[in-house]
Amino acid sequence: MTATPTVRAAARRPGRPPLKPAARRPRRRSVVLTAVTGLMLVYAILPLAWLFISATKTQEDLLGTFGLWFGDGFALVDNITEVFTYQDGIFGRWVLNTVIYVVVGAGGATLLAALAGYGLAKFDFRGRRAVFAVVLGGIAVPPTALAVPTFLLFAKMGLTDTPWSVIIPSLVSPFGLYLMWTYSTEAVPNEILESARCDGAGEFRIFFKLALPLLAPGLVTVLLFNLVAAWNNFFMPLIMLKNADLYPLTLGLYSWNRQANTVGGDVVFDLVITGSLLTIIPLTVAFLMLQRYWQSGLAAGSVKQ
Amino acid sequence: MKSPITEGIDMSITRRRALLGAALSITLLATGCSGSDDTGDGAAAPATVTEADIAAALEAGGNLTVWAWDTTLTKVAADFQTKHPKVKINLTNAGTGNDQYTALQNAITAGTGIPDVAQIEYYALPQFALAKSVADLNTYGAASLDGTFTPGTWNAVHAGDKIYGFPIDSGPMALFYNKEVFDKHQIAVPTTWEEYAAAAEKLHKADPKAYITSDSGDAGFTTSLIWQAGGKPYTVSGTDVGIDFADPGSTKFATQWQKLIDAKLLSPVVGWTDEWYKGLGDGTIATLVTGAWMPSNLEKGAAAANGKWRVAPMPQWEAGGKATAENGGSSLAIPEKSANKTLAYAFLKYAAVDEGAQTRIDDGAFPATTKHLAAPEFKNKEFPYFGGQKVNEVLAESAGQVVTGWSYLPFQVYANSIYGDTVGKAYLGQGTLADGLKSWQDASVKYGQEQGFTVK
Repeated sequence: MTATPTVRAAARRPGRPPLKPAARRPRRRSVVLTAVTGLMLVYAILPLAWLFISATKTQEDLLGTFGLWFGDGFALVDNITEVFTYQDGIFGRWVLNTVIYVVVGAGGATLLAALAGYGLAKFDFRGRRAVFAVVLGGIAVPPTALAVPTFLLFAKMGLTDTPWSVIIPSLVSPFGLYLMWTYSTEAVPNEILESARCDGAGEFRIFFKLALPLLAPGLVTVLLFNLVAAWNNFFMPLIMLKNADLYPLTLGLYSWNRQANTVGGDVVFDLVITGSLLTIIPLTVAFLMLQRYWQSGLAAGSVKQ
Repeated sequence: MKSPITEGIDMSITRRRALLGAALSITLLATGCSGSDDTGDGAAAPATVTEADIAAALEAGGNLTVWAWDTTLTKVAADFQTKHPKVKINLTNAGTGNDQYTALQNAITAGTGIPDVAQIEYYALPQFALAKSVADLNTYGAASLDGTFTPGTWNAVHAGDKIYGFPIDSGPMALFYNKEVFDKHQIAVPTTWEEYAAAAEKLHKADPKAYITSDSGDAGFTTSLIWQAGGKPYTVSGTDVGIDFADPGSTKFATQWQKLIDAKLLSPVVGWTDEWYKGLGDGTIATLVTGAWMPSNLEKGAAAANGKWRVAPMPQWEAGGKATAENGGSSLAIPEKSANKTLAYAFLKYAAVDEGAQTRIDDGAFPATTKHLAAPEFKNKEFPYFGGQKVNEVLAESAGQVVTGWSYLPFQVYANSIYGDTVGKAYLGQGTLADGLKSWQDASVKYGQEQGFTVK
């Protein structure tokens, strides 16, 4: 509230051009800015272009022709068919596994983060600071450092080499929790909660009916974070899973790639490339669909007050 | 301000202890359970298992989990199940080489999820043998197979008189070269390492893009060449270990190979990458001195060079010599904690000695069994990829010329993992190979001592 008068005073000060017309003036294009943005675009697109072009090549062309242009034949369709039929069509199985791990893992992590973050932001109880410290500590400890202890713990509980060994660790997202916590503090006014309580609504009803819609932009941000993390999850499955039928796509593609390292192994770089292309499509789609929410989520803080 | 934080930490520690306690008691329960269906294997004195016991185990059937990355085992496992319908084999690729050893070590530490059979390379086997993580196959009468395998591989699965695995393939070394490239630049096939260096220089001068071979530092290759030169840098007797890279064999290698590094005659492409396969396919990597298992990898990974490669005997340290070494190759072993070791042994024997061995050879594996190596149909097989050359003749000859008396460290997996930080530097021009070998030796000695070995 204090910011508004200051801006007005500055705008009224004589000698300075008024802000509004300046903002309306058609923007001049900055050559430097365009060049830098263009460079960033190339930087981001180039690997994707390489991936796509490479996916259209046969193995021989892949190794024998220039990487950023098409080879002699167009083998994309053949490659895709081969990806889905190679080793009795295990790739389809990996897609399904990944979807399950992502839906349960990322979805669950987001829900838990929202519940816990909201609870910590809106309820005052003993030990809240301690929880805060543990959450911050959780962000600071890299998951890699916890992988082997987690493995040993899971092994003792008989959970290794089961889907749970991938899902349970991905349910915990300290960063998501922290984000939801700060977001709840900002986005859910205490007054609404109090009036809802006066009207006799239960706490869960308040959370799901009132708080959750208000938290939606933050929720999508956390969901996207978790989605990317779960989709790209590699190290945990690598340690936990031995059964190829349980692999997510990341680990499956890695195992195909490693075949080239194996005595008598089948060298299938073409399938690894095509498989990788197929693997990034769902994530790209998710980003394109959810980016609207994401942008509004990021901007939400600046509009408030 | 700080008290709540410490309070939180204390709380979490107590909670963790409680969890651990719970987890431990679960394990105890689990081991209690698995102990009961462990038929006789857990007995105090390792009773000898007879042929009849093995036959009975096959009759009774059961599940076997096999960890192996070797693709030729797929058909072997299927055939075995057809032959013994009550046996169900769960063949799992738990990672290639080091990845799998980590997984196996993790499983052994955790005490659960341990496979019944694991593929372990020769260089890594002593590590698992010394820790008694894998079973001594003498219990099952493995000693009677003396003479079945080539001396080199049979020696590799021994520790003292104990036998810890069955060789499933071997890698007697030979010179694989791209004949087209050699012919184009009129280079004679080198028979000594001196000639090899001369060929490297001539080739690179004629075509600056082409290199005699790619080597950016590979522990297995280094030790194999030292092995061929008669070096015995590692001496192992139980937990007494000696490491000496100043012996004549190692020095011979270091001096000769240093010349190639200094003259920048080695391609820096890292082995087994797509770039490497590309180089093998387009002739910019003209030779490979490697194990006999290479043909199928060339056929699959460097299809562009179809018909161009040939195989010749390994270059020698002395003109007219006939010494070779092993590179790579692996065995099948039975983890000590497998619940069904007798059945596992039956599978081992099938895959390494009986019908399975032939199945694997038909699929491109290079055998470790003397019978198969000497078989006329094996030796006379013509390889279209190698222009119809009878490749196995050269390779089988090499198998008989492997220098005896070599041994790896009981912590070779670790030692190889630090090779890049020590010897690898010489390939980047930081110090010489001899310096690198010295620091590799020092680091290995230090690690060995930390692990409780008596290292000299």
